[in-house]
Amino acid sequence: MSAVSVKNINKKYDRIIALKDISFEANSGEIFGIIGPDGAGKTTLFRILTTLLLADSGKATVDGKDVVEQYKQIRQEIGYMPGKFSLYQDLSVEENLEFFATIFNTSIQENYYLIEDIYKQLEPFKKRKAGKLSGGMKQKLALCCALIHKPVVLFLDEPTTGVDPVSRKEFWEMLKKLKEQHISILVSTPYMDEASLCDRIAFIQDGNFLKIDTPSGIISQFGEKLWAVEADNMYKLLLDLRNNKHIKTCFTFGESHHITVDNTLTMEELKTYLSDKGHTGIQIRAIEPTIEDCFMQITEKKQNE
Amino acid sequence: MKQFLAFVKKEFFHIFRDTRTMLILLGMPIVQIILFGFAITTEVKNSKIAVMDLSRDATTQKIIQKLQANEYFTVVEDVQNPDRIDELMKAGKVSMIVVFDSDFESNMLHTGEASVQLIVDATDPNQATTMTNYATSILTQYQQEMSTTYRASFVLTPQTRMLYNPQMEGAYNFVPGVMGLILMLICAMMTSIAIVREKERGSMEVLLASPIKPIFIIISKAVPYFILSIVNLITILLLSVFVLKVPIAGSLVLIMLASLVFILVALLLGLLISNVVNTQVAAMLISGMGLMMPAMLLSGMIFPIESMPAILQWFSSIIPARWYIEMIRKLMIQGVDGIYVIKEFAILTLMVLVLLGVSLKKFKIRL
Repeated sequence: MSAVSVKNINKKYDRIIALKDISFEANSGEIFGIIGPDGAGKTTLFRILTTLLLADSGKATVDGKDVVEQYKQIRQEIGYMPGKFSLYQDLSVEENLEFFATIFNTSIQENYYLIEDIYKQLEPFKKRKAGKLSGGMKQKLALCCALIHKPVVLFLDEPTTGVDPVSRKEFWEMLKKLKEQHISILVSTPYMDEASLCDRIAFIQDGNFLKIDTPSGIISQFGEKLWAVEADNMYKLLLDLRNNKHIKTCFTFGESHHITVDNTLTMEELKTYLSDKGHTGIQIRAIEPTIEDCFMQITEKKQNE
Repeated sequence: MKQFLAFVKKEFFHIFRDTRTMLILLGMPIVQIILFGFAITTEVKNSKIAVMDLSRDATTQKIIQKLQANEYFTVVEDVQNPDRIDELMKAGKVSMIVVFDSDFESNMLHTGEASVQLIVDATDPNQATTMTNYATSILTQYQQEMSTTYRASFVLTPQTRMLYNPQMEGAYNFVPGVMGLILMLICAMMTSIAIVREKERGSMEVLLASPIKPIFIIISKAVPYFILSIVNLITILLLSVFVLKVPIAGSLVLIMLASLVFILVALLLGLLISNVVNTQVAAMLISGMGLMMPAMLLSGMIFPIESMPAILQWFSSIIPARWYIEMIRKLMIQGVDGIYVIKEFAILTLMVLVLLGVSLKKFKIRL
């Protein structure tokens, strides 16, 4: 049975369309990632699935239960970590955890094994007020609180936003461990590099699901020649690359520009073209596409439609 | 039940750990009562008064001398013309005028009855009462002296005329008024802010997505404020009885009962506010402007309702504090039986029912 099943969900706020005819299935026991920029509709989707919002139309089930009619049962068995840090800042780490354990009809001891790895890191600070924790610690505490009742499905809305890279890495390792406990996880993130850590991902933009597949599936469908180009004057390079007819797309990725080229252009030709334009320090190499390349390609295609 | 208790406990943590909240909750009633208490005990000394002696005989002269000799009063003018009374009063030159009847002495000696009129500026009702009391006691004292000298009983009747505020509303009014205000503040304002804070900080999302029933979230947020308002109610009553010497003339049980109904109204108003707004600032503005201001200005606490324009009188009747203050005034100051406050009690009960209906209807199980 699928952990989450969504069929033709639509949601509008006044004039803004937040979700357009969304449908997908997240299988039981998998980490399903929803990847997209801010304002794409991720939080709205999470709120509908956690029974906090009503969709305008469409159906959704969580663990086989309808989000509208059986909201009470769903609230018994899901864990939800909203995007904003939403624990009590004026309560200590321990008090927060105890409070959430009690309202979920359980105790810290009962499911301690689930949170043990995470909580061990927090234990030295257990008397500290949650408001005084670092960003990464806060997110770990929030995860503990969302996990304390051993949920069937865990909803994590941008759990790593604003968290340092080391903590982000640790956080994802924890999710991998939870998966082994057969907890299904639905996670949203604006970070493309986290996408490859999910079992399956869905790209979302402007309320539309652009593509749903495994990360490797998405990469294998890229189907274009992808080069990384560097030169001393990166801005001029971008303009010159975009003016070349053989180059289909060109985006900036950190220290280099990623370009897709048609089959007629060779690296040598490109190098000559750029030298003629007065560029120095030119480096061109073929690279494997990343999830982000795929996302850019898919959104570009969508916009051209 | 365990969930509920954990929730209430958490709520108390929030309150006790926030110094500002604590100050408002526990300091406010004490400060207000003490402040108003000092306002009421304004000492009267060397108040300027005028006399108008239509009789001009030995007795009236003696009384005037006694008034003059007293440290409370200074006689500044001997009024000849009745029109001057109005002038003096309007100009605020004197705050009391003592008028002796014509044939004062002969009336007293022959009929045993003579009358004095005290015309008092009651703009400040507290001062007016104090002055009348002093003047009356001087007259009574003189009357007793006379009675012993002449071995006969004389009756001196001071007739008091309060100008500008004939009902003397306001004297002990502030205690019921402060009670109404504080309970409104704590129950409506603090509860609505506490609930909206959860919405604003995002924890409401987590709570709603948990098995705890949404109605319990709301009730358990209201419970601590309910308990604290009872504590405050008791503090106010104790302070007014022992510090300000305002007696509780009526039944304490009835006062408590009336307060409970009012607290319920205020709590429900707070819940209603928290249901419609999403930020603490909005909650504060709505409860401040929409509840506290009318409770202060239109409830009869500061300005008597009788002297308001008709439209404000009509408007004041939908303000719960008005009925509560009226009820407490009757029960506490006048000491009447429960039967005389049935109207006010019924109105507040009706408000509870209406608000409960609206709240349940408006109540959201989702965001």
